[in-house]
Amino acid sequence: MRAAGLHLGLVGLLLAAHFVLPAYHHGVLARVMVLAAYATGYNLLFGYTGLLSLGHAMFFAAGMYGAGLGVRFLALDPGLALLAGVAAGALLGLAVGLLALRTAGVAFMIVTLMFAQATHLGILLAGRWTRGDEGFVLQGPERVVLGLDLGDAAIRYLAAWALFSAVLLLVLRLVSLPAGRVLVAIRENEERARLLGYDTRAHKLRAVVLSAAIAAAAGAAYALLFGYVGATFASVQYSILPLLWVLLGGAGTVIGPFLGTLLMFYLIDTASGLTPAYMLVAGLALVLLTLFAPQGLAGEVRRRLAPWLP
Amino acid sequence: MTLATTTRRGALKALGAGTAAAALPLWARYAGAQSAAPIRIGFQKHATGIGATYGRWYERVSQAAVKRINEAGGINGRPVELVTEDDGTDPKRGAEVVEKFALEHNCDIAFGTLFSHVVMGSAPRAGELKLPYFVVSEGHHVASGALNRWTLQPGITDVKSQVRAMAPWVAANLGKKVTMIFPDYAFGHDHRDNFSEAIAAAGGEIAGLIAIPPTETSFTRYFPQVPAETEVIYHVMVGPGVLTFVKEMGEFFGPSRPQVFGFIDSLEGVDLTSPGLEFLEGTYFWEGNPRYAQPDQTSHDKAYRAAVGVDDNGASVDDPRDVSTYAHMFGCWETLNVIRAGMEAAGYAGPEDRQKLVEAVEAMTEMPLSDDHPQGAKVFNGKTHQVFGPQYISKVEGGRLNVVHTASIEDGMYPDEVDYTTQPF
Amino acid sequence: MDFGPHLMLALIEGAVLSAVLALTAAGLSLVFGVMRVVNVAHGEFYMLGAVAAWFVAAAVGGAGPAAFLAALALAPLAVCALAAAADLAVLRRIAHDPERTIVATIGLLYILQQATLMGFGPDARPVAPPFNARIAIPWPVWEEGGLALTWPWGLSVTTYKLFVIAAAAAVLAGLWLMLTRTRAGLVMRATQWDRETATAFGIPVERVYALTFGLGAGLAALAGVLVVPIQQAHYLMGGDALLLSFIVVIIGGLGSLPGTLVAALLIGMSEGIVSVFFSPTLAKILATLLVALVLVFRPQGLFGAAGR
Repeated sequence: MRAAGLHLGLVGLLLAAHFVLPAYHHGVLARVMVLAAYATGYNLLFGYTGLLSLGHAMFFAAGMYGAGLGVRFLALDPGLALLAGVAAGALLGLAVGLLALRTAGVAFMIVTLMFAQATHLGILLAGRWTRGDEGFVLQGPERVVLGLDLGDAAIRYLAAWALFSAVLLLVLRLVSLPAGRVLVAIRENEERARLLGYDTRAHKLRAVVLSAAIAAAAGAAYALLFGYVGATFASVQYSILPLLWVLLGGAGTVIGPFLGTLLMFYLIDTASGLTPAYMLVAGLALVLLTLFAPQGLAGEVRRRLAPWLP
Repeated sequence: MTLATTTRRGALKALGAGTAAAALPLWARYAGAQSAAPIRIGFQKHATGIGATYGRWYERVSQAAVKRINEAGGINGRPVELVTEDDGTDPKRGAEVVEKFALEHNCDIAFGTLFSHVVMGSAPRAGELKLPYFVVSEGHHVASGALNRWTLQPGITDVKSQVRAMAPWVAANLGKKVTMIFPDYAFGHDHRDNFSEAIAAAGGEIAGLIAIPPTETSFTRYFPQVPAETEVIYHVMVGPGVLTFVKEMGEFFGPSRPQVFGFIDSLEGVDLTSPGLEFLEGTYFWEGNPRYAQPDQTSHDKAYRAAVGVDDNGASVDDPRDVSTYAHMFGCWETLNVIRAGMEAAGYAGPEDRQKLVEAVEAMTEMPLSDDHPQGAKVFNGKTHQVFGPQYISKVEGGRLNVVHTASIEDGMYPDEVDYTTQPF
Repeated sequence: MDFGPHLMLALIEGAVLSAVLALTAAGLSLVFGVMRVVNVAHGEFYMLGAVAAWFVAAAVGGAGPAAFLAALALAPLAVCALAAAADLAVLRRIAHDPERTIVATIGLLYILQQATLMGFGPDARPVAPPFNARIAIPWPVWEEGGLALTWPWGLSVTTYKLFVIAAAAAVLAGLWLMLTRTRAGLVMRATQWDRETATAFGIPVERVYALTFGLGAGLAALAGVLVVPIQQAHYLMGGDALLLSFIVVIIGGLGSLPGTLVAALLIGMSEGIVSVFFSPTLAKILATLLVALVLVFRPQGLFGAAGR
């Protein structure tokens, strides 16, 4: 109950923020919510199932290009394009999952990393349609759904809010279900979970596909809300970022990925205003965090104050 | 301009609907109460990431241009201030920085982006925020129609024009059979497509196309793909691997090389006397602006060099080893002067005049060679938001670049692909 | 160029890449094997080696080999000391916990990169090789009357590239001897095998960790010094080095030095050879998928013990 209250409270708070935030922070929060959805999907696999992927950018990109190419070449309506992006991500997740789940631990990290690199290069190879690294812009008229212009600040914010809320509540519900508890059991001791009669392979595969689909939804939303599709989002850097956000906010907590994404953005944004050496500040902050809050923000709260936090 | 005024009112009304409503009072307050306050130009700087070599020099040139403008009385009686934010040479951060300029820093305009993917990532946000966005990118994105009415490139010629202007001279002087070596992404593809077309038109042909994957750090294994009948190698590379590329090309071909023609992008910011570059002696380069002061140097180039702190060899006056990105950075200087001219023509008083500024720049055509335009005379095309200027071909002789040919503005002209002036604001 | 000489050239270039990669990866493998942590900042130590080489060479000056030799001696030592200090200051205090180490070393990566950007700048800077003669390589062909040697256009190697291969081989052989024949190697292997027992036997595990971390970074830095006359020092050069050596370590099998060497050869050579047959970007994709599939069907790596 407390958990449901807390997360519904966050959803409500974010909706209320729409009406009070100054324009700049309003826009920032819209972007942070989209990226936090990505991080939340990542956390499902990393934080709850214990599978560290270094290739999630391929799923984000699958959603981004699934939606972006759908709009550009098939003239899809943005709503359908979002679905196309999610489907592309889920399919890629299924294919990668079937292969990569033969491995575990560091080998899983490397296999996902390499599939993601192949995806990134594939996007460059298909430059005739994707325009490679330069990418392409989705123009205003291509981003109107049901008469709503996704380029409008208010509509963008509410769309991002809807996506993030749906993902947050989905994951919150999932981890309280038996299926979610099996994932945690796999994380803690896969051998034991298997001995208890669970088909751990199937559970892990489902987690990969769902995590990939959520990442793809975020990628598709980014393309549609911010009007740009580019190969940078398929690069290694965008696989490492969700890991960083999740570790910062608290792996294996539902609220952590959002906190981590938000904090990381403001850390860089504020530090860059103070000094050109803002990466130095960010680096120091990360080192200090590992020294003094090793479980991430939400993880520390759970450890010290609120053991009930999901 | 009645039509434009109507659309502007419409645009302002539309603005009121969104969150811009929250921002609008801020602009209004700023413009009303502080009309003597500085004009704030948001400078999107590649301070980190792969564009950092360029970013450093783009900032130096921009600061020098702003200093000169301020010493001459500013713009419309107001001083100009550069607000610098690092975009990490990343399209996502680029878009965030544009938002920051418009909503947090209360900048009048945004300016200065070089790398194409950052321009592409940022321009949609600039358009939505109705923030005039002046890029110095040499990408063909603006003139191709991919962007929007708020994005302009009035200070540097685009790659399509540069490449087309080179083909006739290459075919006439170096050889007809050309093998191109280029990076396998959009920038390289622009070179491939436009040069292939232009060299065929000039009576030459493409002997081979060698696309190098990005992030490549060693290149020797690609050179065997150069066909033996090749008369000219055309190379254009960017990024930290460029010096290796040129060096390994020299080691591969040894003393028996074909003619070599390259874009100076391959060696921008790199000292031509670096170890391993001896091989370049006798090869040719496209230069956007001649790095070494030429015997017929104009007074304008002299004044510009002095203002930005660059010596006759294109290096920093403080450190001769610190070589500038001379072939591109003039674009920042000229763009800021265009912005001043545009703001003066529009009677720019504050953010409510942003549309007038875009319209004033769109109305520009001839830009004569002057201290404002030291690289050469320009012609601006208001419909495509793209400027056209002369291009230079230089030969490496005794470790310096000597201009052997100047391609005229007309050599780089091509039919319009877009008319932004028909688009609403 | 004909097929044979082309392949030959790809093999030579692949060998140079493999040599540099084997050194970098050996450092990562050592840290991974002994300490069981992923050092995300490993590529930055490689970069620091190259950057330090530039500073040393610039300080010594002159065109002769003295500048390079000084860099070869000093730069890895400096990086080694820096890494050991970082281990003592940060990683020791988080007890080398695997997840926390990832975050801490990402932080370290940012710090080192930004510090280099401020101190060294964004440009790629070369160091002159101590020697760099171009050696044309003959290619045998059958002609009327028997075997004849030809000199295909472009088939050549430089003496410096041969030196890089030899130097890497010598250092790796030395590392192998140290690990298997010396007391220090024994202590490291004991720590790798069972940390608790090692502690019980009076091995100062913390000090062993710091030294291992420093040694791993020093190997990466040495690779950086060797590569800088070929590829120049640049503040972002660590990213690819990290990814490639990470891949090599896993493919080779965790903590296995021979496995690392074989994997480095596999990775270094495969890209070169595949690029003879396919367009370059497609070749990269195929080589990447090939390596990924090796792991999919042999998850413990080539030389790793199964079921670990």
